[in-house]
Amino acid sequence: MPEIKVTPLGAGQDVGRSCILVSIGGKNIMLDCGMHMGYNDDRRFPDFSYITQNGRLTEFLDCVIISHFHLDHCGALPFMSEMVGYDGPIYMTHPTKAICPILLEDFRKITVDKKGETNFFTSQMIKDCMKKVVPLNLHQTVQVDDELEIKAYYAGHVLGAAMVQIKVGSESVVYTGDYNMTPDRHLGAAWIDKCRPDILISESTYATTIRDSKRCRERDFLKKVHESIERGGKVLIPVFALGRAQELCILLETFWERMNLKAPIYFSTGLTEKANHYYKLFITWTNQKIRKTFVQRNMFEFKHIKAFDRSYADNPGPMVVFATPGMLHAGQSLQIFKKWAGNEKNMVIMPGYCVQGTIGHKILNGQRKLEMEGRSTLDVKLQVEYMSFSAHADAKGIMQLIRMAEPRNMLLVHGEAVKMEFLKGKIEQEFSIDCHMPANGETATVTTNPSVPVDISLNLLKREMALGGPLPDPKKPRTMHGTLIMKENSLKLVSSEQALKELGLNEHQLRFTCRVQLQDPHSDPDTLNRIYTHLKSVLKGYTIQHLPDGTVMVESIVIKVSSSAEDTSTKVLLLSWSYQDDVFFCFFFVSFLSLIFSKQWLRDSIDS
Amino acid sequence: MKLYCLSGHPTLPCNVLKFKSTTIMLDCGLDTTSVLNFLPLPLVHSPRLSKLPSWVCKDGTINLEKELKECAGRVFVDSQPEFCLPERELLDLSTIDVILISNYHCMMALPYITEHTGFTGTVYATEPTLQIGRLLMEELVKFMERVPKAQSATCWKNKEIQRMLPGPLKDAVDVWTWKRSYSMQEVNSALSKVQLVGYSQKVELFGAVQVSPLSSGYSLGSSNWIIQSHHEKVAYVSGSSLLTTHPQPMDQSSLKNSDVLILTGLTQMPTANPDGMLGEFCSNLAMTIRAGGNVLVPCYSSGVIYDLLECLYQFIESANLGTTPFYFISPVANSSLEFSQIFAEIDICHCTVPRKETLIQTNKLKHYPSIHGDFSSEFRQPCVVFTGHPSLRFGDVVHFMELWGKSGLNTIIFTEPDFSYLDALAPYQPLAMKCVYCPIDTRLNFHQVSKLLKEVQPLHVVCPEQYTQPPLTQSHRSDLMLELQPPPMPYRRCSVLNLPFRRRYERVYILPELANSLVPSEIKPGVSMATVSAVLHSKDNKHTLQSVPKPPPVPPSKKRKRVMEEPPVVLAPKPLLSGAVPLEAFLATLQKHGITEVKVEETADGHILHLQADDTLIQLEEDGTHIVCDNNEPLRTTLRDLVLRFLQKL
Repeated sequence: MPEIKVTPLGAGQDVGRSCILVSIGGKNIMLDCGMHMGYNDDRRFPDFSYITQNGRLTEFLDCVIISHFHLDHCGALPFMSEMVGYDGPIYMTHPTKAICPILLEDFRKITVDKKGETNFFTSQMIKDCMKKVVPLNLHQTVQVDDELEIKAYYAGHVLGAAMVQIKVGSESVVYTGDYNMTPDRHLGAAWIDKCRPDILISESTYATTIRDSKRCRERDFLKKVHESIERGGKVLIPVFALGRAQELCILLETFWERMNLKAPIYFSTGLTEKANHYYKLFITWTNQKIRKTFVQRNMFEFKHIKAFDRSYADNPGPMVVFATPGMLHAGQSLQIFKKWAGNEKNMVIMPGYCVQGTIGHKILNGQRKLEMEGRSTLDVKLQVEYMSFSAHADAKGIMQLIRMAEPRNMLLVHGEAVKMEFLKGKIEQEFSIDCHMPANGETATVTTNPSVPVDISLNLLKREMALGGPLPDPKKPRTMHGTLIMKENSLKLVSSEQALKELGLNEHQLRFTCRVQLQDPHSDPDTLNRIYTHLKSVLKGYTIQHLPDGTVMVESIVIKVSSSAEDTSTKVLLLSWSYQDDVFFCFFFVSFLSLIFSKQWLRDSIDS
Repeated sequence: MKLYCLSGHPTLPCNVLKFKSTTIMLDCGLDTTSVLNFLPLPLVHSPRLSKLPSWVCKDGTINLEKELKECAGRVFVDSQPEFCLPERELLDLSTIDVILISNYHCMMALPYITEHTGFTGTVYATEPTLQIGRLLMEELVKFMERVPKAQSATCWKNKEIQRMLPGPLKDAVDVWTWKRSYSMQEVNSALSKVQLVGYSQKVELFGAVQVSPLSSGYSLGSSNWIIQSHHEKVAYVSGSSLLTTHPQPMDQSSLKNSDVLILTGLTQMPTANPDGMLGEFCSNLAMTIRAGGNVLVPCYSSGVIYDLLECLYQFIESANLGTTPFYFISPVANSSLEFSQIFAEIDICHCTVPRKETLIQTNKLKHYPSIHGDFSSEFRQPCVVFTGHPSLRFGDVVHFMELWGKSGLNTIIFTEPDFSYLDALAPYQPLAMKCVYCPIDTRLNFHQVSKLLKEVQPLHVVCPEQYTQPPLTQSHRSDLMLELQPPPMPYRRCSVLNLPFRRRYERVYILPELANSLVPSEIKPGVSMATVSAVLHSKDNKHTLQSVPKPPPVPPSKKRKRVMEEPPVVLAPKPLLSGAVPLEAFLATLQKHGITEVKVEETADGHILHLQADDTLIQLEEDGTHIVCDNNEPLRTTLRDLVLRFLQKL
């Protein structure tokens, strides 16, 4: 029985360093190759020694597919391809291909230049790695080799995020990456057709959450920003450069326009300008509305949002600043935070999740006195707000996707074990399908039961369809008979006659004859004629022929009459039939005997 | 499998393919050359046009002075221009399941097909094709609606009258079916039926056929199509190009191994080299400007103009034309330029120098929706104007013809290959302005297509009849036609071709349960066979075979009579037999089963075995066995089973 095996090297009952190995139909595929943000040691990257202890990965993997540009999905890519060694194809969408190297370079700079790590991938390695990338278009079916094909679906989440279908023969797996089932201001909702994969591998970040309406959260956000501005405060929004930042920018931009607000909005420089450029470039990946209106007005060409300069932070009066990074652990957002923290008129809004140990995490937990480097402390007087704008599917969304794709099995990754357990129960209950949640290094095996594709001769098929009638009749299933010829990997189903011809075999006729004696005073032809008329009246619905050569044929059973020379009233009936009619003959013979020995027959014989 | 040909225009095709119970329309091009028979529609009142004399028949019998005007010896219809539609009588258009569009030039008849015909299907096109196609339609509608013409000439269409008219009106075909332009509402409704597809995306049609667009390299979003089932493959090649000016190269390898290749959309200018023409275009442009004249370039708002702009961008610096203003006037100019930039960049993904930005940023190319408004105040001469429509019958170009036609300093440069420039200019004669004809057609030429066909090796090629003979004007150029073995099947408007296709196999899926129950036996090395008895299920054109359900256990029934009346249809019929029964081995087997008294008699074809104890005969021959046995069913079945041991069952 064929099997599909799924082994997470990362993101198994965990969030971070997504890397999932899939073995399907003799092909090995790596889905995502991410890094873990919570670690700075070896655990940062997936454990590739699981694949092979020594040497390169090329011969063990048929392809690598990257779902989107977030580092927890692609951060280990140069390490894997250049330092461990992989020369096969790496598939990702055009936007991911464009943005991914920028983020990788940024990640490298922080790790090597700032933290001073050695033994890390270099800029050149990122470039070399990107040379192995083959771009994917949405819905395009890409043939990796003769048997393995992949197809990308829109996933929402971030620009260029894709779900991928992996197919070998009639077996298939769908991997969602991160996805979002509700459209937002700049991206559409994830969509997939009813492709009925053997396994659907889904993220489950928000496995237990059902979020309130986005509209409420947005209104809340705008209200808070507005109030703060009204009382002359400054608002800091720490963000990561790509993703939610654009969503919030559009939100504020339209709000400013509508309310005719004058307070400046700034966006900290760096990655962001480039990011907005890519959003403009890949406008087809954004949602319908943006695409429709871009000719008149490009949503990413902001009127109210201007580039930030360090000196602006000390300007008097209200302002809104988007600054990186998102968890207040370093960089510009932290600098601004320090400047503004002492004033209760100001506000910081955290639009996403913060990892333990970061200042973002601390202030969200209500800490009001922060210890900074150099033993100084910082009093946090400004307002702290948290608002989740992450573009992940919630429990409702995950269920919705399952309904869309109708998988035969479910497999959860990219979530916390406890929450997964809950969702797993829900899925198994609602859809009656198996749901797996392997931990890292653990393998989930699913047996598949693929149908065997065969080429049927059109003659046979048409004959069968004509006989079967236009509508199936469950009470009378019709049986089709044919011969399957297996030759050089080809499977052909043909009628038995054609099979004989194609295989160059001659048919062997097996016939039987039996003799029955009968008393009948008539002449031979008359006897035969009587048999004919009697059979005709008894066996309705069969082809009964009286042939000119002095035989009667019932279907293909031949009946002849002869009489011995001495006794002309003793007739010998010769019944002859072929092996193929054996069963029918048995049935026929009984009726035949009951016929010729019936009273009616005898009476007729005597009367004459 | 049949092909219905609804258009005879080789580059504006409209064919319908019937393939495996699906009806697929391939492109729906609109033949606009019919508008050349009409008078131009001026944007502002033109005294010259309104003063043209009416045409009067020589013998004075016909007087259509309201409808027909004469200009420089030619007769024109004074009415809103009309188009020659794809044939609508050849088959019922409401039966069309899908329409596949290959590029934005080949979809202009779409509203005529999808609206008011009962069409309920889906149209498939790539996103650039849809967006730019919408612009071209919108432009056409706006051109027409801007200058509404109260009068609609119909009398001249009368067969009796048309016969008396001078050529080319006399020879125009199907004039009764010619139609005015559609409305924006019809365009929107037609385009709402478009489903977007990406290159190499496989689209299933009713489970029977799979269609897939391939990059054709001709224009933004242009595609060829593959229409295939598991065993048959039709390639539809429309406007394709091997030039590298377009972002996505032509996908040739996917066209391989097709049974039939339908070839349309070759270059209309087989003898003109696009690069040479571009050079000529630039040098004529520079010459006119230097002499203080204006240059008029009639063009569509999308397509060749992108190439011209790119070429000019490089040229104007070197030719020292930095101060000359370039104008692009079209109701959709802005959108067209935006789209060209966006789509081009998406396709290549590395943003090199954006075309529009540089030309606009340097203030060289300015675009306006029309000659009215801003343009009239900002316009200065000498200048270069790109504007439509290339037929010179409607659009802003009519105005510039009237304005600049009288001066020999000005030049009109034709770059679009769709119209004969002499015919286009006819209603403006006599004309003082210079005319330059540099048609730029980047589609495949005969040399390229022969090479392509050699590469992809289709079994049969279908093409417009124009491609099977040299052009009329160059009848000696046998290199300007398709020469293939087997010869291509030519079509013309209204042809119905039976495509040489023999479908012999169909895909069927054997369900796992049944597959596991099959017992294969090896016939010869590498060849095995198994007999299959199964129930066939056909749903959505997908066929599956599953095991014969076991008959439910017969409940002990009280009505036992007439059981034998029911014929045993549920039982499997016996298989065919093959092989031969070897005498010695068979005798030995008989012996093993206690049949010892066997008299063997040799005959011409084999042997007769006489089982003396039972008065039974067995006739053994190379290709048959005959058992004659009376009233001894147990013996007969034993013998039958023994014979069967030596034979193969199919």
